[in-house]
Amino acid sequence: MNNELLNTLNSIVSNATPLVIASIGETLTERAGVTNLSLDGSIILSAMVGFVAALASGSALVGIIAAMIVGALVALIIAFAGITLRQDQVAVGFVLTLLAADLAQFLGQSYTRIPGPQILSSPLPVFSQLPVIGPVFFDQSIFAYLSYILIFGSWYWLFRTRPGLAHRAIGERPETAFARGTRVNVLRYVYTAVGGSLVGMAGAAYSLSVKAGWATPPNMAGDGWIALAIVIFGGWHPFRVALGAYLFAGLRVLATVIQRSPDVNIPVVLLNGVPWLLMIVTLLLVSSGSIERLMHVLPRPVQKWSRNFLRSDPPAALGTRFEPD
Amino acid sequence: MNIELRHIHKRFGPVHANNDINLTFQGGRIIGILGENGAGKSTLMKILSGFQSLDSGEIWMDGQRVDYTGPEAAIEHGVGMLQQDPLDVAAFTVLENFIYGQRGGLSLGRKAARDRLKEISWRFGFFDLDPDTPIAQLSIGQRQQLEIVRLLSQGVKTLILDEPTTGISAEQKVVLFNALRELAHNEGMTVLLVSHKLEDVIALCDEVAVLRAGRLVGTRAMPATTRELVAMMFGQELPPVKREPVGEGLRPSPTPAIELDRAQLRGKRVTVSELSLRVQPGEIIGLAGLEGSGQEALLRACVGLIKPQAGRIQLCGEDVTGKSYRHFLRCGCAFGAAGRLEEGLVGGLTLTEHIALVNEYQPVVDWNRARRLTQEQLKQYNVRGRPDSRIETLSGGNQQRMLMALMPPKPVLMVLEQPTRGLDVDSARWIWQQLLERRATGTAIIFSSPELDEIVTYSDRILVFYAGRVTEIPDASRTNIDELGRLIGGHSDGAAQ
Repeated sequence: MNNELLNTLNSIVSNATPLVIASIGETLTERAGVTNLSLDGSIILSAMVGFVAALASGSALVGIIAAMIVGALVALIIAFAGITLRQDQVAVGFVLTLLAADLAQFLGQSYTRIPGPQILSSPLPVFSQLPVIGPVFFDQSIFAYLSYILIFGSWYWLFRTRPGLAHRAIGERPETAFARGTRVNVLRYVYTAVGGSLVGMAGAAYSLSVKAGWATPPNMAGDGWIALAIVIFGGWHPFRVALGAYLFAGLRVLATVIQRSPDVNIPVVLLNGVPWLLMIVTLLLVSSGSIERLMHVLPRPVQKWSRNFLRSDPPAALGTRFEPD
Repeated sequence: MNIELRHIHKRFGPVHANNDINLTFQGGRIIGILGENGAGKSTLMKILSGFQSLDSGEIWMDGQRVDYTGPEAAIEHGVGMLQQDPLDVAAFTVLENFIYGQRGGLSLGRKAARDRLKEISWRFGFFDLDPDTPIAQLSIGQRQQLEIVRLLSQGVKTLILDEPTTGISAEQKVVLFNALRELAHNEGMTVLLVSHKLEDVIALCDEVAVLRAGRLVGTRAMPATTRELVAMMFGQELPPVKREPVGEGLRPSPTPAIELDRAQLRGKRVTVSELSLRVQPGEIIGLAGLEGSGQEALLRACVGLIKPQAGRIQLCGEDVTGKSYRHFLRCGCAFGAAGRLEEGLVGGLTLTEHIALVNEYQPVVDWNRARRLTQEQLKQYNVRGRPDSRIETLSGGNQQRMLMALMPPKPVLMVLEQPTRGLDVDSARWIWQQLLERRATGTAIIFSSPELDEIVTYSDRILVFYAGRVTEIPDASRTNIDELGRLIGGHSDGAAQ
C-alpha cells in the first residue's frame, strides 16, 4: 500500500480523535437522559484553558486535566439548571454554548498565536508494526489511544455491566429505574459531569495536539455541533458514533486532498457540504421505514445484528425531568 | 406473610384519597381490593409497595412495625407491586430487564440469570419469555409475566397486582390466574389483586376489601355474587327521585337532537357495535358502567372526536357521519371532557383570554370588550376568580363553572364526561341546576358518571355499558340498585325491556 494513502488514513484518524472523544462523552450524557447542548462552546473554552494551563505549568497533563474540569463544570451547570432548577436543558445549553465560546475568546486574548506545548504522536510498540493498521491507528497521539479505550470501554460499560444497565435505564424510563432502587437524579449528575469532562478532553485534544495552539477565532469552532450531530447519526451506540466521527473526518480530509489536487475541479464549498448532506440522508434513511423493509430482505442471522446496530431511537426519556413520588 | 395496615391516611390536596384505612391481609390468600375509579385502592397499594408515602398510619408485617420509603425498600421487606403498565424498560431485552435491580457484582452474570429466568418462568407456565427479545416486542401479558418472575426472583412474599387483566389475552389470563393460585395456595404468598373487574375478582379471590371515596366500606369472604359486590362498591341507597317529565314544555320533536344508527365505535379498550340511539331535544341520557366499558367511545363519537367504524350519525336531521369535531360544534354540540385542565381549558391562560378565545373572531382582540364580557360571565356563572387569574389557580368547582361559561348558551346537545368529577356537593348541585335550565330550553344532554345516584337522579333514560355491550333502561325513575348492579356487572338477563 502506498505511503501517501497511509498518511491520509492516519490523518483521518487523528482528525477524528477529538470528535470521537466529544461524541462518546455526549453519548454517555444523553444515555442518562440529559442533553448537553453546550458542546461547541464547551470544547472551545476547554481548549483555551487546556492550552493556557499546559503553557503555564509546562505540563501537558495539567492542561488535559484543567480542560476536563472545565468541560465537567459547564456540564454541571446544565445538570443543575435542568435537574435541580427544572429549567429547559436545551435553552440553558444553547445559552451556555454562546457564553462559553465568547468567554474563551475574551479570556484567551493574550494567548493567541503563541507557541506552546504540543503532544506529538508516539507510535505504540508492537501495535505500530502491524501492517496497514499499525501506521494508521497506532502511530498517533495519546488522545487517539484514549479514544480507542473510550469506544470499547463505553460500549462494555453500557451493555455488559450492571451499573451500565442502570445508566441506560435512567435515560430510557426513570420511573422504572427509581423502582429498581437507582438514584436517578444523582446518577444523572454524575454521567453529565463524566460526559462533560470527556468533552473537555476533546477540547484539549484540539489545542494540545490536532490543532495545537490557540487562535481567535478558534479553529475548532463548529466541531461541537458536528459532534452533537454525530451522536444522533450514531444512534447513541458507541461503535456507530465512532464510525460516524471517522466518516466525517474522512470526508473532511478528502475535501482538503481534492482541493489541493490541480486536476479535479469541484467547488470547495460543495465539498464542505457533502458531510452534512450525507448526514441528513442517513438520518432520513434510518428514521424512515426503509430500514424495516431492508430487514425483511436480509437473511435472519444478519437481521438481529443489524437491527441493534441500525437502531436509532433516542433514549426515551432524553431531556425530561424526573421527580420521585 | 401477614400484613396489617393501621389508620392509613393520605391526602392529595383537598382529596382525601385514603381516609383511616384499617386492613389485615393473611398469607396464603388472594385478596381482591375493589372500588370504583378514585376510590383510593391504587393509592393504598402504592403506599404498601413504597411508590407513595403515607401521611399518617402504620404498616405491620408479621407482628413487626415496618417503615420504609421507596419501592426498592418495599421489595426488601418482601412487598412487590406489578403496575398496570409494567414498569420495565422498552429498550432492554427480557434478560437485561430481569437482571436490572437484582443484586450482584459489576458483571451482568448473564449465564446464571438466564438459567434462573428460565427456571422461575417455567415453574409458573410462562413458556414464551425469550431472554433475548426486546421488551418493546412483548405483549402486555408477557411483560407482566416477566415482572412477576423478576419480583419472585428478588424474594417477594407479597405480590400486588394493579388491574392485571386489562389488555391481556384470555389465554394469558388463565396462565396468570393459575400462577397466582399456585403462589398463594401452595407457596403461602399474599396476593393482592386491585381490580374493578368483578368477574376476575369472583373467579380468583378468597376475600375482598371494598373501598369507596377513600374509605374502607368493608371486607367479606368469597364467594359473593356480583350484585352483592356492586352494592358494596356503590352503596345501597338511592335518593328518592323527583323529576320533571321528559322535555317538559316541549312538543315531541320530529327530528331528534342526535341519532345514531347501528354505529360501531372503537374505544380505548372495547368496541361498541350496532348501537342505535335517538335522543330527543330536552332529554337527558345517563351512561352508567365501570370505567372503560365503552361510555367514553359513545360520548366522544357524539361530538365527532372519534369517527364510527360503521353506521351513521345524524345531528338535527343532518348526516354528520365522519365529520370533524369543528363541524359538530358548528352544528350546536358542546363537549365537556373529564380532564378539565387537560382537554377543556388551557393551563397558563387567564379567564379573559379563555373568553376571548371563544368569543373574539377579529384578528385583533378587543381586550376591553373581552374583559367586560368576562366580568359578566363570571357573575352569571358564579365563578370565584378575577378576569386576570390564570385558570389553573381556580378550584375544581370554579373551573367546571368556567367551562360551562365557555359553552354556547343554547346548544342543541351537551356531551359531558363526569360533569361533577371531584366537585363538592354544592358545586355539583349548582352545575346540575344550570344543566337542567338548559334542558328546559330544549338542549339534549348525554353524560357519564361513576356515581350511580347522580345518574338515577338526573337521567330520563339510562344506558348501561358492560364490556362494550349496551343495555337501555327506558325509564330511569323506575330502576333500582339491584337492576343497575346486575347490568354493570354484566348480567343482562334481568334488564327491563
